[in-house]
Amino acid sequence: MLRYFVSKLALSILLLIGVLALSFFMLRVTGDPVSLMLPREASPEEVAAFREVMGFNRPLGVQFWDFITGAAVGDFGNSLHYGSPALPMVLQRLPATVELASVGLLMAVIVGIPLGLAGGLNPGSVLDSIGRFFGLLGQSTPNFWLGLILILVFAVRLRWFPAFGRDEPKSVILPAFVLGLAVSSQILRMTRSTVLEVRGEDYIRTAQSKGLHPRTIYLKHVLRNVTIPLVSVIGVQFGYMLGGSIYIETIYAWPGMGQLLQQAIGWRDFPLVQALAVFTSVVVLALNLVTDLAYTLLDPRIRYGK
Amino acid sequence: MESSALTPKADSQLAVQPTLKGRLSYLGRLLWRDQSGVIGLFMFSLVMLAATLAPLIAAQDPLAQQLSNSKMPPAWQTGGSWDHLFGTDSLGRDMFSRTIYGARVSLTVGFFGVLIATVLGMVIGSIAGYFGGRIDALIMGPISLILSMPYLLFVVFIAAILGRSLLNVILIFGITDSPIFARVTRGEVLRIRESAYVESAISAGARWGRIIFDHIVPNLIGPLITLATFEMSAMIFYEAGLGFLGLSVPPSVPSWGNMLAEGRKYLSSNPWLTTFPGLAIMFTSMGMNLAGDWLRDVLDPRLRRSRK
Amino acid sequence: MSPILEVRDLVTKFYTLDGVVNAVNGVSFSLEEGETLAIVGESGSGKSVSMMSLLGLIPSPPGRIEGGQALFHGVHGTCDLLKLSTKELNEVRGGQIGFVFQDPQTSLNPILKIGDQISETLVRHLDMNQSQARARTMDLLGEVGIPDPQLRYNNYPFEFSGGMRQRVMIAIAVACNPQIVIADEPTTALDVTIQNQVVNLFKQLRDKLGIAIIWVTHDLGVVAGLAERVLVYYGGRVVESALVDDLYEHPAHPYTLGLLKALPRLDARESRRLVSIEGTPPDLLTPLRHCPFAWRCTHVFERCWQAIPPLYPVEANHRTACFYNLEKDIVRDD
Repeated sequence: MLRYFVSKLALSILLLIGVLALSFFMLRVTGDPVSLMLPREASPEEVAAFREVMGFNRPLGVQFWDFITGAAVGDFGNSLHYGSPALPMVLQRLPATVELASVGLLMAVIVGIPLGLAGGLNPGSVLDSIGRFFGLLGQSTPNFWLGLILILVFAVRLRWFPAFGRDEPKSVILPAFVLGLAVSSQILRMTRSTVLEVRGEDYIRTAQSKGLHPRTIYLKHVLRNVTIPLVSVIGVQFGYMLGGSIYIETIYAWPGMGQLLQQAIGWRDFPLVQALAVFTSVVVLALNLVTDLAYTLLDPRIRYGK
Repeated sequence: MESSALTPKADSQLAVQPTLKGRLSYLGRLLWRDQSGVIGLFMFSLVMLAATLAPLIAAQDPLAQQLSNSKMPPAWQTGGSWDHLFGTDSLGRDMFSRTIYGARVSLTVGFFGVLIATVLGMVIGSIAGYFGGRIDALIMGPISLILSMPYLLFVVFIAAILGRSLLNVILIFGITDSPIFARVTRGEVLRIRESAYVESAISAGARWGRIIFDHIVPNLIGPLITLATFEMSAMIFYEAGLGFLGLSVPPSVPSWGNMLAEGRKYLSSNPWLTTFPGLAIMFTSMGMNLAGDWLRDVLDPRLRRSRK
Repeated sequence: MSPILEVRDLVTKFYTLDGVVNAVNGVSFSLEEGETLAIVGESGSGKSVSMMSLLGLIPSPPGRIEGGQALFHGVHGTCDLLKLSTKELNEVRGGQIGFVFQDPQTSLNPILKIGDQISETLVRHLDMNQSQARARTMDLLGEVGIPDPQLRYNNYPFEFSGGMRQRVMIAIAVACNPQIVIADEPTTALDVTIQNQVVNLFKQLRDKLGIAIIWVTHDLGVVAGLAERVLVYYGGRVVESALVDDLYEHPAHPYTLGLLKALPRLDARESRRLVSIEGTPPDLLTPLRHCPFAWRCTHVFERCWQAIPPLYPVEANHRTACFYNLEKDIVRDD
């Protein structure tokens, strides 16, 4: 099991290097990174000075090496907009995004798993149809749009929740709900299909042939086998939420990494964008690793196997 | 003497392939049983029709600005007029037309994006799956990389760099979504390659070209069509999202994302500016998801199901 | 010796998208206390489905038991297995009738310990507590020939070979001293070398515990050393029933004859090609009004196409569902 984990870790590091390379070269895909970051009216002197400061006139290999080594110690250069190091700006925003994603995941799990279980155990029932319809809605509703509608209804018209910001504890409810909706429908579908799949397995038939109580079969045999793949899915979804919160944070003016990304793009502050891209990837990769670890611990075939 | 045909058992090795007529009638029964698939296909066809026949349906020019008529509410509210069924936006452009024309952008992006992703993904995945070994590892490495990264973030990143144009959007989605198709293709190719069917074909001396066309491609069609449907729905979402951030097609082009971005500014005063494009996206997406679900049920288990 | 199980006219159908599959079309047989009965037939002949119907293990859509009765004369009295409620059925399953499934690979829960999967049936039926059940499980593991039970109790199925997993399945089936064990092709998925061991294990347990066994197989070769009586299935029906020796020495149904001829023999004097029965089994979708074997039978004549042959007596304890008298080589004239 240790070997499995170590190989996953090694793969993650490789992936990370890939992410760094991608971020580096993306800025140069149009040819000249300076043109991305300075307004078009900039004078040739300003452009030259900028290029000098940013080190864009050095050989590409050198730039890349500096970038990688800098990233390894957390140095992504200075944010153009703030004039101070980029990474600390990103880190400062991390707690807010984590809070948003966590509450969103909690909501998604609370709604998605029970409905998925009910659907898998009684396919074709009323509850199943409700669950599936809800799942369809969650999948088909663009979250940025729903975010706006909810603000209109719950914040502006009903005044139950604040429309912007992170000032009160209940500020997180609306954005977390919207963020969690699509996730809840994924979780619902996954749970439902896994339950159906497990129920059709031969070992469940064996359990029945033993005359075990249906509740025993459900809890001990079905549920445990459903949980394992579900953990994977939940981990992945959490990663999506951490990396994909840009719309929600923008709409709700939630001071997290997503909002910073949207602002940075507006400012053409690409060092900051780079720092955000790499850091978010790190977080997501770390999360995947943790999820893998949990999966390993839960599934005895991997834990005690080769 | 009864002359009922001696039908071999369906899962015996000598099973005759089902006839086209048999397959079609089976499809018909499935459609009837699972009406949600029909509904989905119907919804999707409506959107396709709207997009294709836009000039006929939308009386007004979606680009025509008429500042004197700006921000009119929908026809059924006070202040509205039946000339502008869904009202007008801040520049006086007709919302109904823009919503209808917006379907064009979305479907174009979705269709061509998926086309590129499918072709690219199929080629890459087939090579990886067919040749295996080091080539496979070399190809699937970057693929895994792309698949495990926060997708939205990098799409936004790239879009911000490349600038606003329809072509850019299509290319971005097409290329960034191809890994999913590659992975599915590779999986199928591997599975089929190992199957007894193909092994016997190879040992009988069939050339690899024939193997690909006769065995691999038919088995690929099912999963890929299903995937394409879902990915197209996703691309429509992503296009709208990018538009919402101002990173999709140029602002004058009527796209649902652009319309939402604009509507946001007037959210509480003129909510209809946001409602209609949003509903349009929901409608399209729901139709495609329903159809995709149905397709998946039809195409996948049919190929591997054993009848008892 | 009294019958412990009497099955009459069992009918099971599957309602699928392709149509109604008539898997079991009126099967009747009885099982004596302590007897070993073999059921032989090809894939799709209905043998597994009929056994699983007895214990309600058929997935219920799309399957449905549509007729018949299965009188079980258990220690707690007589009941019709097909009419029991789930609760009552759960008392019988595992406790009075054990089941061994075909594929040991998929029939054990991969994430639960082997020992646990045996103990749970002891706790359920014999009211043992955890430690009693654990101790008894160790004994059982020893009885089925699994070495080092202390260690093996805590292993997971993937750590066992196919043969050992099947032994675990057998341990599960006999754990509560049932009166009947139904074994559905228990050796089909195993290596030939292991098959023998498993068959011997069954014999040992049978002799020791006095269990009646129903052994379902498609391989007539296995039957010889193990069973006392044989039923031959075809097209969802019983087409012949006989004592083992009688079946091998004078089979009365053309299908049985074909099966026997198809057996490769070590004592064959000249090298000969393996004989097979021409044609393939019937598609169970069309309900038949004639003998299911008619298409493939070398002795077929007009009557075979007009009605379904009932079971005719051939000799003591030997019956066959055929209009043709194989032994006398003429048609039956009743």
